[in-house]
Amino acid sequence: MDARFKPGDVVRVRKAYPLGHIRTPFYIRGHRGVVERLCGSFGNPEELAQQRSGEPEQPLYRVRFRQKEVWPDYKGNDEDVLEIEIFQHWLE
Amino acid sequence: MKDSGNYQPYSYFQLMEVSLRELLVEKGIVTEAQLAATVEEVRNITPERGARVVAKAWVDAAFKARLLQDGTSACEELGLDIPALRLVVVENTPGVHNMIVCTLCSCYPRMLLGMPPEWYKSRNYRSRAVREPRAVLSDFGLQLNMDTKIRVHDSTADMRYLVLPMRPAGTDGWSEERLASVVTRDCMIGVAIPSPH
Repeated sequence: MDARFKPGDVVRVRKAYPLGHIRTPFYIRGHRGVVERLCGSFGNPEELAQQRSGEPEQPLYRVRFRQKEVWPDYKGNDEDVLEIEIFQHWLE
Repeated sequence: MKDSGNYQPYSYFQLMEVSLRELLVEKGIVTEAQLAATVEEVRNITPERGARVVAKAWVDAAFKARLLQDGTSACEELGLDIPALRLVVVENTPGVHNMIVCTLCSCYPRMLLGMPPEWYKSRNYRSRAVREPRAVLSDFGLQLNMDTKIRVHDSTADMRYLVLPMRPAGTDGWSEERLASVVTRDCMIGVAIPSPH
């Protein structure tokens, strides 16, 4: 599957709550971040957890989020960040 | 005196582990000896492996550049066998401090650091590291200046992370072995910084 995003792109994590083995943490769903790098493509964990092939592999990104956007009452430097691996089908 | 011991019934997950293990052995998929050897092998990996990588990066700028570019192949260069480990090395600088967590479970670069410490797997560390990293670091005795930016890496999928700490002052002329001796496990998770002793 082709990578739809490149480093520097602004992305938003889907705000969805499907059941299953999801590697997108709840706390980051719905938040906006910037693509830090493309890590390559990997089997989709939601499929692998169901004993399926995991194909097509999904591009995996490291996405950088500003702490103050994620937690409005965050105490720290304005430029403190969180970096999280997120699969392409969770980004929009 | 009779051995009254301190026997407890298996917990749910212990029972699952024993049942699965016995079934795999009964069905001939693995042998007891293979299981024992694998457990032994994993237990024998210590953070000294990671420390060797850090010390090498401190003395060899070209290696450091390759390590930050592609952690996995740089480790292989050192003859470290790290199957299936997709390593991302993140560098501490005077302005940026990195720390690693896995909020979903306990993803950890076991091939370089061995088994994760209990606190790394605790709900306390996992939930607080992404929410109030400065308070967590302070619990570890590390007070960071507000000017230092913190990058928390939540290890949620296929990558594994290692922090490359800053080489401490006062270590000029030290050998790689001596440098490696100040690089602790916690420094490479990012909850401590090396101090020369």
